Amino acid sequence: MNALVIAALLLVLLTVSYQVGWSRSRKLATGKDQRLHSRPIYHGVLAALFALLPAIVILGLWALFSQSVTNSFILAQLPAEVAQQQPFEVQAAIARVQAIASGYGVIGEPTPAEAAAASAFASFQQLSFLGVIAAAAALGAGGLFWAQRRIAPRLRARSEVEVFVRLALIACSTVAILTTLGIVLSLLSDALRFFSFINPLDFFFGTTWNPRFQSTGSGSAGEYGLLPLLWGTVMISIIAMLVAVPIGLMSAIYLSQYAHDRVRNVVKPIIEILAGIPTIVYGFFALVTVGPFLSGLGDAIGIDIRATSALTAGIVMGIMIIPFISSLSDDILGQVPRAMRDGSLGLGATQSETIRKVLLPAALPGVVGAVLLAVSRAIGETMIVVLAAGNSPVLRANPAEPTSTVTVSIVNQLTGDADFTSPQSLVAFALGLTLFAMTLLLNVLALYIVRKFREQYE
Amino acid sequence: MTDTVLPGAAAGAPNRERVRKSLTRRHRNEALFRWAGILSIAAALGFVAILFGMILSKGLPSFWQSTVHVEAFFDPDLIEGGPRPELADFPSQADYQQAVNQWQRAVTLSNWNRIVETALRAEAPDFEIESRDLLELVNSAARFQLRDMYFANPDVLGQTMPVSILASANTDNWLKGTINRDAPDDRQQLAATTRALADQFEANGTISFDFAWHIFTNVDSRSAPATAGLAGAFMGSLYMMIVVIVLAVPIGVASAVYLEEFAPKNRLTDLIEVNINNLAAVPSIVFGLLGAAIFINYMGLPRSAPLVGGLVLTLMTLPTIIIATRAALRAVPPSLRQAALGLGASHNQTVFHHVLPMTYPGILTATIIGVAQALGETAPLLLIGMSAFIANIPAGPLDSATALPVQIYLWQGNENRNFFEARTSAAIIVLLGLMLLLNAIAIFLRSRLEKRA
Repeated sequence: MNALVIAALLLVLLTVSYQVGWSRSRKLATGKDQRLHSRPIYHGVLAALFALLPAIVILGLWALFSQSVTNSFILAQLPAEVAQQQPFEVQAAIARVQAIASGYGVIGEPTPAEAAAASAFASFQQLSFLGVIAAAAALGAGGLFWAQRRIAPRLRARSEVEVFVRLALIACSTVAILTTLGIVLSLLSDALRFFSFINPLDFFFGTTWNPRFQSTGSGSAGEYGLLPLLWGTVMISIIAMLVAVPIGLMSAIYLSQYAHDRVRNVVKPIIEILAGIPTIVYGFFALVTVGPFLSGLGDAIGIDIRATSALTAGIVMGIMIIPFISSLSDDILGQVPRAMRDGSLGLGATQSETIRKVLLPAALPGVVGAVLLAVSRAIGETMIVVLAAGNSPVLRANPAEPTSTVTVSIVNQLTGDADFTSPQSLVAFALGLTLFAMTLLLNVLALYIVRKFREQYE
Repeated sequence: MTDTVLPGAAAGAPNRERVRKSLTRRHRNEALFRWAGILSIAAALGFVAILFGMILSKGLPSFWQSTVHVEAFFDPDLIEGGPRPELADFPSQADYQQAVNQWQRAVTLSNWNRIVETALRAEAPDFEIESRDLLELVNSAARFQLRDMYFANPDVLGQTMPVSILASANTDNWLKGTINRDAPDDRQQLAATTRALADQFEANGTISFDFAWHIFTNVDSRSAPATAGLAGAFMGSLYMMIVVIVLAVPIGVASAVYLEEFAPKNRLTDLIEVNINNLAAVPSIVFGLLGAAIFINYMGLPRSAPLVGGLVLTLMTLPTIIIATRAALRAVPPSLRQAALGLGASHNQTVFHHVLPMTYPGILTATIIGVAQALGETAPLLLIGMSAFIANIPAGPLDSATALPVQIYLWQGNENRNFFEARTSAAIIVLLGLMLLLNAIAIFLRSRLEKRA
């Protein structure tokens, strides 16, 4: 009901003001040397903006504050001792009055005070709604009146509308900056709060990760050594790169240098399917297929490989990154000038010699950049390691043993009921800050290298 | 001529020999290199095949689930609570609602298990089995299914109605052979008599494998895993995608247009540009931390709400959409802009009437890529509490909800491994199917838009 009235009000304001602006400007333009600066459409849009914006501001303010105003009004109607009760009891009392006022009623007879409060509240509700609607309508009408008085042949309505559009565009493009700012500020402030509990040196150079979950407030805070997690992250990323770089690079080379167009057009999209699969699916794949397969393989050759281990997570993450490496390297190989390739072939080098001794050295910076981007993606990957790395934050060198990573620990510390006051949950932000800094560094470096490489051949 | 001996020919023979030898080696290397390429491609294609083969082979059987078809007698002696209260008999709606609740409570407390049991025994009159073991055959929500039939239509009292009841997860495992059928009794989830009865029911057609529509219409369930479905997670994902499309597309396109068409080249726009490139590579889990700290802790929005999830995913997909839209805008030939400006269009008119319409196919593709990425994202949602167990379909974007990928995460962790491995794969098939659908729509719309342009 309320939403319908508001929508109707806004719609009426929109059509009336647009119509007024449009027709008034046309009427003005009838005279001989009375040519309009802007087309009537722009006068209409300008009038609509003048009428709608103040109304929307009023309605927005009401939406923000109506809840608290309503609550304090009902409390003021009820006897004074109600307000001194526990917060949930106060809430219940308010809810009862609202239920009576809406006609739904409450179980049993309402007390006289409640009935009185409810009838007062019902009329208040009607009055306040009418008041807000009236205020919005009046402001809208006022805006419209002002706008239509301004209409004149020389009014630069189009420029004004365009300025408004430009401002809206600028506002939209600041969202990206605000996001970065939000990430940095929230990570920093909560990480600093964490460091007020735990010495940063113990965090960055500690070798034990054991954040005891506190059930009692005064229990020991636990140990927060970053190194086991960092080592797990690095080990898994290395394994992933060992899988992804050879396969990705070689398939890019084969597809761009050897394969027929027909083969290329079929194979390339199939490999790129791997890039579109959600990471949770890879995690499940690792857990159900790759892990048992690896541990069976280990049994067959006499090595103890655990089903959930750094190896499982690393191999599956490598599979995930193959299309990333192959499409980036394909792109980069394509940018090496054709003349270099033709020159080498013309001198009698075989195709593989041309690729190994001419193309790859020339493309090397770009490929390194691509690999760095892939590493930053591997470091930030979460779901595969949550499911397949075994969640065992111990400093171990053996990749066949379970391990844990920075991202897994963020998920473990902040899932459940986060209260944002204990080091147990705040540590997630310190970990997040570390992760953010690492990936940022890698990205900046990679983008710099790739850009240098592009400039070299442009 | 042939007799003419060139100088150095005597030394040429060993040289030629050397060249031939090195050529053999070089050609061998060439072949090896080529084979390395073919092997890598085979490996990549093999991974795709294994991945899809695993998911399809595990997940597809889960869409056909063992269902018990019985005749249930709604016994007036067993069902308590009397007739349903009428609104006219009560002074206020609140009182009526209370009476209805009391009636539903009484009905729920009736011995529905006995009704289920009688119906099952009627299908195998001579089979001797304990009541407890018999009820293990069907899912534990069977009694609520019959109760809800009675709630929906109290007139069935005293009548016999045909009912299809899902068999329990353990029965389904047994009949499909997803657990070892030869394992000894103490390793089996079901009693020997229950297993024998299940086999007999399958043989006489009481149990059949029906298409499991409830995967799409039911919500998650812990007490009766056989009835667990994706409807709640689907609605949660839908609300989030609506938020993403409503916010990310306009904001993303607007920032791309501003940066590419209007922005003066200065420090600020450079900063925004570097910023967007870096945001695109920030790990998704960091956006989850941002959501937990700002939307939930600072702004006090409810945990587990699709609105918050949608906002986080919006921020995450914005860079994707901005970068792709800018690439599309850059691909519009400058002659178009010059022609429009030359004919007297203003800068805004040039951009919005002529340049932007050319990029609709590009923007569409960018939107679909962004939405598909957001649809499959799990990690940030875990941090804003969307991994809670939710037993009803969210009615709005502020209700607690979960999402499809989070549901996959929750199901893969369920302790009834044999059943939920298949169920998780089925959920993955649904998720991948949705993504495929999105991409198909994108390709279709793109080809239509490009034809018109």
